[in-house]
Amino acid sequence: MDRAEKAVDYLNADYGVRSWLLTRDHKRIAILYLLSITVMFMLGSVFAVLIRLELLTPAGDVVQADTYNKLFTMHGIVMIFFFLVPSIPAVLGNFLLPLMIGARDLAFPRLNLLSWYVYMVGAAFTLWAVITGGVDTGWTFYTPYSTTASHTNVLATAVGIFITGFSSILTGVNFIVTIHTMRAPGMTWFRLPLFVWAHYATSLIMILGTPVIAITILMLGLERAFGIGIFDPALGGDPILFQHLFWFYSHPAVYIMILPSMGVVSEIITCFARRRIFGYSFIAASSLAIAVFGFLVWGHHMFTSTQSVYAAMVFSVLSFAVAVPSAVKVFNWTATLYRGSITFEAPMLFALGFIGLFTIGGLTGLFLAALGLDVHVHDTYFVVAHFHYIMVGGALMGYLGAIHFWWPKMTGRMYPEAPARISAALVFVGFNLTFFPQFILGYLGMPRRYHAYPEEFQVLNVMSTTGASILGVGYLVPLCYLIWSLWRGRVAEANPWGAAGLEWRTNSPPPTENFAATPIVEEEAYAYPLKEPEVV
Amino acid sequence: MASHVTSRLVLFVIFFVLVGLTALTVWVAYQDLGSWNAPVAVAIATLKAMLVIVIFMEMRFGQPLTWFAGASGVLFLLLLIGMTMADAMSRGWLGVPGK
Amino acid sequence: MSSRTSTVAHQFDDAEQQRNASTLGIWVFLVTEIMMFGGLFTAYVLYRSSYPEAFAAASHHLNATLGAANTIVLLSSSLSMALAVRASQVGSRWGTVAGLVVTIVLGCIFLGVKGYEYASKFEENLVPGPFFDLPGAEPQSELFFSLYFAMTGLHAVHMVIGVGVLATLVVMALRRRFDADYHNPVEIGGLYWHFVDIVWIYLFPLLYLLGRH
Repeated sequence: MDRAEKAVDYLNADYGVRSWLLTRDHKRIAILYLLSITVMFMLGSVFAVLIRLELLTPAGDVVQADTYNKLFTMHGIVMIFFFLVPSIPAVLGNFLLPLMIGARDLAFPRLNLLSWYVYMVGAAFTLWAVITGGVDTGWTFYTPYSTTASHTNVLATAVGIFITGFSSILTGVNFIVTIHTMRAPGMTWFRLPLFVWAHYATSLIMILGTPVIAITILMLGLERAFGIGIFDPALGGDPILFQHLFWFYSHPAVYIMILPSMGVVSEIITCFARRRIFGYSFIAASSLAIAVFGFLVWGHHMFTSTQSVYAAMVFSVLSFAVAVPSAVKVFNWTATLYRGSITFEAPMLFALGFIGLFTIGGLTGLFLAALGLDVHVHDTYFVVAHFHYIMVGGALMGYLGAIHFWWPKMTGRMYPEAPARISAALVFVGFNLTFFPQFILGYLGMPRRYHAYPEEFQVLNVMSTTGASILGVGYLVPLCYLIWSLWRGRVAEANPWGAAGLEWRTNSPPPTENFAATPIVEEEAYAYPLKEPEVV
Repeated sequence: MASHVTSRLVLFVIFFVLVGLTALTVWVAYQDLGSWNAPVAVAIATLKAMLVIVIFMEMRFGQPLTWFAGASGVLFLLLLIGMTMADAMSRGWLGVPGK
Repeated sequence: MSSRTSTVAHQFDDAEQQRNASTLGIWVFLVTEIMMFGGLFTAYVLYRSSYPEAFAAASHHLNATLGAANTIVLLSSSLSMALAVRASQVGSRWGTVAGLVVTIVLGCIFLGVKGYEYASKFEENLVPGPFFDLPGAEPQSELFFSLYFAMTGLHAVHMVIGVGVLATLVVMALRRRFDADYHNPVEIGGLYWHFVDIVWIYLFPLLYLLGRH
């Protein structure tokens, strides 16, 4: 304990603003990302609060229709591009990848820092767009509305998203190269923690998909700013082409958000069930399968557009197929829990919540992949509920679980357990109360993106808003006690959970070079029950 | 650190082959090949690209992983084009307006 | 050995690991570039197959001679780039610098010719937007020029970046930063430059030549 306190770690190795803003240490960059995306998350939450307030009553009374359009657009843009996409990869992936594979840093530390600056510039453009009036096209920017009809700040937002895309690309390139070339001696591919496999798959999507959204947004911007009309129907341009290009990235982007969470869950479940993961290679392969299949299903967002029915049928079948690798993961986690010595620390609660909520989100995805049913529920609250189950119930639960699980490693302090468990329960209850009624609302026919609705929908909407309030508290509580723990939390030892994995075999927090000596890996991942773990 | 070095002769020969192929692609563009003009043009361009990749970019010394990386880019590009075109070309088959 | 350790960054164990990482890194980056141009190529394939006549007619307004000449310029620059990389591999500093400078000059010639072509399109009112005017043509011909400017424009941006990268390499080479053991940056710059060349190898026939017969 004494040793951990006196040791030089990445946090006290150097002081001052310069040492942070010019750092090339992957751990410090992860902290920079953590602070930035937390601010963006709070901004996105403010929009969500206003949306839920408006929907408390059937009449459009809190905000005007135009304002409401801007609210849900900015909520989507901020949450997706500036919180969910960078959340786990840029914070925990950045922090943990080199630690988990036994490397001193990512392959390209300067590129890593650049990616954070790129993110900040993109965020600045988007914030500027918010301050100067917002944007109302929906986060999907469908043409021709975004190119000709909308009178809001489409350009500034588009520039922001275009720039932020490069942050994602740089992170993806860095991760792929790091995983390929920087593994410690003995760290073979099938000894990698599943968190690393998940990030490898995520990075593949980042490098293959993100450039397409960048060029698509660029074409949109050219059309809006200079009249270079690539999607303009008056010239014979095809707005459906925009949707194809947009969803070629934006559907796989869902997997950018969910895959890292799946990796987190694999780590947490094994640790708190004290068992080897069941079906390691299947989980690893299913991550890659999700990444690849994810690129074959984008047309299911366009079933009610003028996309041909034949293409729609192909996309529908392929969308069903992507459920298979997702189910492989869920079944393997369940099998891992079976006969495990399970304890319910807060990270485990978040992980278990993830499994349940992700399963509901995934199964309702099958409803939407079915052509006939999708025509009925397209653009209703059923869709809204479905993707929130994936993105909030799935990705965000995973993120919170990961933050708790690795908080001692990142900060050297334990978070307080009791409020953390309460917060996990609040998030779970609040989340379900918010979004489950929306499945029913959608099935009953309430369309999304309207600020007013018929009176018969009010009961369910009030439930939803109530749930959102609980959810909000569930998010605020961790913010308070995590900050509190920085000063008052119990000092964490190197491996407070008794977890497997190289990141637990160095000090908490780790020194700048991560390990005193390059670790040598002699066993596969998740070798529970642990032999006496030693600190290298 | 075995660094492979390509001889100047090979580089110059490849350059002149590339120039020759450029001339060929210009010449063939003025011939009426019916619907085959576009495939021929793309085929010649691909041949040129492969020469650049294999010789100038030294991919003949490249590891399998590098080949795999490059190929996956091309594969996913073809996927994007292919599935978009699959939609565009099958529109109207049903005889229902807008489908 | 001692001269080499100074060029290995702290996160790498040895020069070979560093070399593998940088080579893989640039290829993965080039994959992202393929996908980025890919969005434009997708639009091109869709629209050319939808409006073949309008596109053929519009492409007659491009100057195929200048396009072919520029292709030769760019291929020559690839040759000089390959020679520069070769010189760096055998440790010839002046060979490296000479190859890079020739490549930069050829790149600038290409950009100059491109600029001249753009300027003439402005004079002929062939720039898409409110002033586009091509008498007697179908409206889809404006789509062709939209794609022409987007694709060649993006390519030109890559050329400008490439010239900047090569200029940096020249400075580094003059400061004796490279030797026969360490010349990764030259190789990586070369790979980027060749990639930009390959994009043009496709753009030239697709934009200038198809529909000429």
